[in-house]
Amino acid sequence: MISYEEALQTFEPVIGLEVHVELGTVSKMFCGCATEFGAEPNSQVCPTCLGLPGSLPVLNGAAVESAMRIGLALGCSIAEWCRFARKNYFYPDMPKNFQTSQYDEPIAYEGAVDVEVDAGTVTVGIERAHMEEDTGKSLHVGGATGRIHGASHSLVDYNRAGIPLIEIVTKPVTGADARAPEVARAYVGQLRELLLALGVSDVRMEQGSLRCDANVSLRPRGSDVLGTRTETKNVNSLRSIERAVRHEICRQAEVLLAGERVVQETRHWHEDTGVTTSGREKSDAEDYRYFPEPDLVPVAPSREWVDRLRATLPEPPHARRARLQQAWEFSDLEMRDVVGAGALELVDKTIEAGAAPQAARKWWLTELARRARADGVELVELPITPGQVAELQALVDAGRVNDKLARQVLEGVLAGEGSPEQVVAARGLEVVSDDGALGAAVDRAIASNPDVAAKIRDGKVAAAGALIGAVMKELRGQADAGRVRELVLQRLG
Amino acid sequence: MTPLSPADVTTMSASALADALVAGDVSSAEATGAYLDRIAAVDGAVHAFLHVDADGALATAAEVDRRRAAGADLHPLAGVPLAVKDVVATQGLPTTAGSRLLQGWVPPYDATIVARIRAAGLPVLGKTNMDEFAMGSSTEHSAYGPTHNPWDLDRIPGGSGGGSAAAVAAFEAPLAIGTDTGGSIRQPAAITGTVGVKPTYGGVSRYGLIALASSLDQAGPVTRTVLDAALLHELIGGHDRLDSTSINAPTPAVVAAAHRADVAGMRIGVVRELGGEGYQPGVRARFDEALALLTGAGAEVVEVSCPHFEYALAAYYLILPSEASSNLARFDAMRYGLRVWPEGKPEASAEDVMLATRAAGFGDEAKRRIILGTYALSSGYYDAYYGSAQKVRTLIARDFEQAFTHADVLVSPTAPTTAFRLGEKLDDPLAMYLNDIATIPANLAGVPGISLPSGLADEDGLPAGFQALAPATHDDRLYRVGATLEALLADRWGGPLLDRAPVLTGEVLA
Repeated sequence: MISYEEALQTFEPVIGLEVHVELGTVSKMFCGCATEFGAEPNSQVCPTCLGLPGSLPVLNGAAVESAMRIGLALGCSIAEWCRFARKNYFYPDMPKNFQTSQYDEPIAYEGAVDVEVDAGTVTVGIERAHMEEDTGKSLHVGGATGRIHGASHSLVDYNRAGIPLIEIVTKPVTGADARAPEVARAYVGQLRELLLALGVSDVRMEQGSLRCDANVSLRPRGSDVLGTRTETKNVNSLRSIERAVRHEICRQAEVLLAGERVVQETRHWHEDTGVTTSGREKSDAEDYRYFPEPDLVPVAPSREWVDRLRATLPEPPHARRARLQQAWEFSDLEMRDVVGAGALELVDKTIEAGAAPQAARKWWLTELARRARADGVELVELPITPGQVAELQALVDAGRVNDKLARQVLEGVLAGEGSPEQVVAARGLEVVSDDGALGAAVDRAIASNPDVAAKIRDGKVAAAGALIGAVMKELRGQADAGRVRELVLQRLG
Repeated sequence: MTPLSPADVTTMSASALADALVAGDVSSAEATGAYLDRIAAVDGAVHAFLHVDADGALATAAEVDRRRAAGADLHPLAGVPLAVKDVVATQGLPTTAGSRLLQGWVPPYDATIVARIRAAGLPVLGKTNMDEFAMGSSTEHSAYGPTHNPWDLDRIPGGSGGGSAAAVAAFEAPLAIGTDTGGSIRQPAAITGTVGVKPTYGGVSRYGLIALASSLDQAGPVTRTVLDAALLHELIGGHDRLDSTSINAPTPAVVAAAHRADVAGMRIGVVRELGGEGYQPGVRARFDEALALLTGAGAEVVEVSCPHFEYALAAYYLILPSEASSNLARFDAMRYGLRVWPEGKPEASAEDVMLATRAAGFGDEAKRRIILGTYALSSGYYDAYYGSAQKVRTLIARDFEQAFTHADVLVSPTAPTTAFRLGEKLDDPLAMYLNDIATIPANLAGVPGISLPSGLADEDGLPAGFQALAPATHDDRLYRVGATLEALLADRWGGPLLDRAPVLTGEVLA
């Protein structure tokens, strides 16, 4: 395949992103069923989300409020009056064989976000953010790939059916040019952060609570007509968004340079091979026979409600980042690492709980990051709170534990043995700084290492390390090394 | 006093039965037993029921009797049995909506109105026959065979709720639940000489009604007297948080209105467009007599015009099929109901099974409407069909608004003709659709309507119906007019119209 640089010589990429966000509401969009992830299949269902004959939807007010807050945070206008529609198509994971969704009357429309990339800022226009319900989840059994082809049968879990979704659709992004893949990634990353700050979703891409479809088209340089686009699905991480867009730009350039046409279709991203393959063809002729949902009444949020939500929006993430970076005196690189690791909230709370900024950063980005990687979980999922991290750092600062002991205390906290203080007490990990006990140990060390003692007496202070090591060994590492050094030098100085 | 015979029990009105239960003249178990016996005797010929739940009904009756004996505070209708149209979900009782697609389906939940009925202690006798998914005006489109009109077993009982109307007319139940999307309560009531009310849209919960057309469907009472209808209406009506289109306001005082039975000073508007040509002379004659009686009782009769009503049928047959095509999409063999494996396709896909099941499971009328609706919603046709129909709907609602500035209620014959013969219109959908010409406008505008017997047409001796319509949320006016007219007609006939129905015994049933 041709290189990215070659592709860009002839063509300008235009991208568009459709992001589906599962809201973190307690109940589903149109019924009272729970939304907990990972529950036993088909245990969180009722007549309504199973689409049983006679059942009816009732709109979840908390979902509407979340949708409006998302819209406001994206700079959108909030509709004064809007409706749901039915999107009609047959599929076994769709209980009613229509999806209740917004169509031409979205709750939020016409917004924009500034996306920061290395080389500056790109404005991404927001076309709309609308509410809809999720479908059930099909599990295809018996095939090699887990996809429907080759499967012997399929199982459907309707726990997901009816979970509230917000679909956020960008306008075509035309100004990004060679940075298009980077902009795509940064946009989704920033959106994710915004949604977290709003507290409306847990935005776990790997669990599907944030799903991204990337639209890509190419047009000859200088043209202002949009080319034929493809829609790539199954991009489940920030990294794969960037890779998939980049790949699709190269693939389409190759098709066009060969004198062929890009087929308007859905494509499937393969994380392992780094390519997209053709899914179903998607023509504009696909007819969902939308019409207004007669089982629901229109949504007409009062302006007072909208104003109240606007007034309580959290600080925009980029403004907050700038403010915190300045307050914490982090370098650009340090700040980017913290943000990239998803540790911003954790570090902030750790500092709020009393830790120094650098210490807080260090704990979350080294020891705890290592542990999260090893366990295959997110930092936030580790069984330790920012308050406990701050408590541990306070023990270090007070000289009550040294670095080595601190790591053992951390182990204990992660193992569920309680707070750092409780672990120290239970495991007996506190350093010995009692001069009586230390002095005795120092005297024993001097006595059993006369040659070393002699060197120190002769002014070779560096040799003190050997005696300190001996004391530490005797006290199983639980000695205050600084005090031991002082005692050694006192006696031999 | 002489004890009540089973025949006394089954021919008395529901309110009279309720009084007898309170007085201890009869127990609910006896009354329910009498009705079950009546069903056993005549339903072979009438076929009003698709499913009879004798055990369940008797268990409820025994429980009510026990509670009454213990001095419990009971609902006024407690212990009065009733029948439920098979389009309403009943937990533990088969619910088919008259379709093969739902043969054997037993809902795991109760419709809100059924929950209210059960909570009030009314024994549910069973589920009544209907046109498949409530599509029809004769009950001939039931997948389980037609219901016969108790007045003449060779004739249709109306539809789609022919089973509920026939059950009440044949004294197989004192009360029944119907649903009315374009006249499915009122037209069968007219055809069988019974009373039927379609409440204001949103006045009675739709939760648990298998939807035909969501913006038109409304459940209501099917009874033998206007007061009975009011009692049942009051029981099932009122706000339900499970139905977003439910009106959050108390039910109008319908029982009080039925007791008041007074039309003095009321302005009664005769709709010029709902009468005249196309209406059977005997139906018109009974209608005119009813008007004269109401005038005599102090009402002022005025003529009003609703110019857009002539487009109502056309708009209805775009809106209904559009919504129905979507509502009926869920019957796909994946989770419940009929499943047909395509012949010669052992490796059939889910889509193949859906196609085969729907092809085998839906009757012709359902297919006709699904195809119509799918077409009307298709891109490129949506504006011309569904969009235009919605505009007509708005114009019809405005016609009503305008007319209600001149009149407190609007009246017309309920249906243009009396009961036709089974099979007579089965192959002519348009002729069948015309039965609902006078009832459809109320559904399009969401206003309430009542049908009550106006007498027998001279040419065939069959019942004709009188329809009254009121502004939305003013259902009480229907009961004032209905109860007044009912009393005046009873005086004239010397008793209820149903007393003149042929007795379903002996050779009639043979």
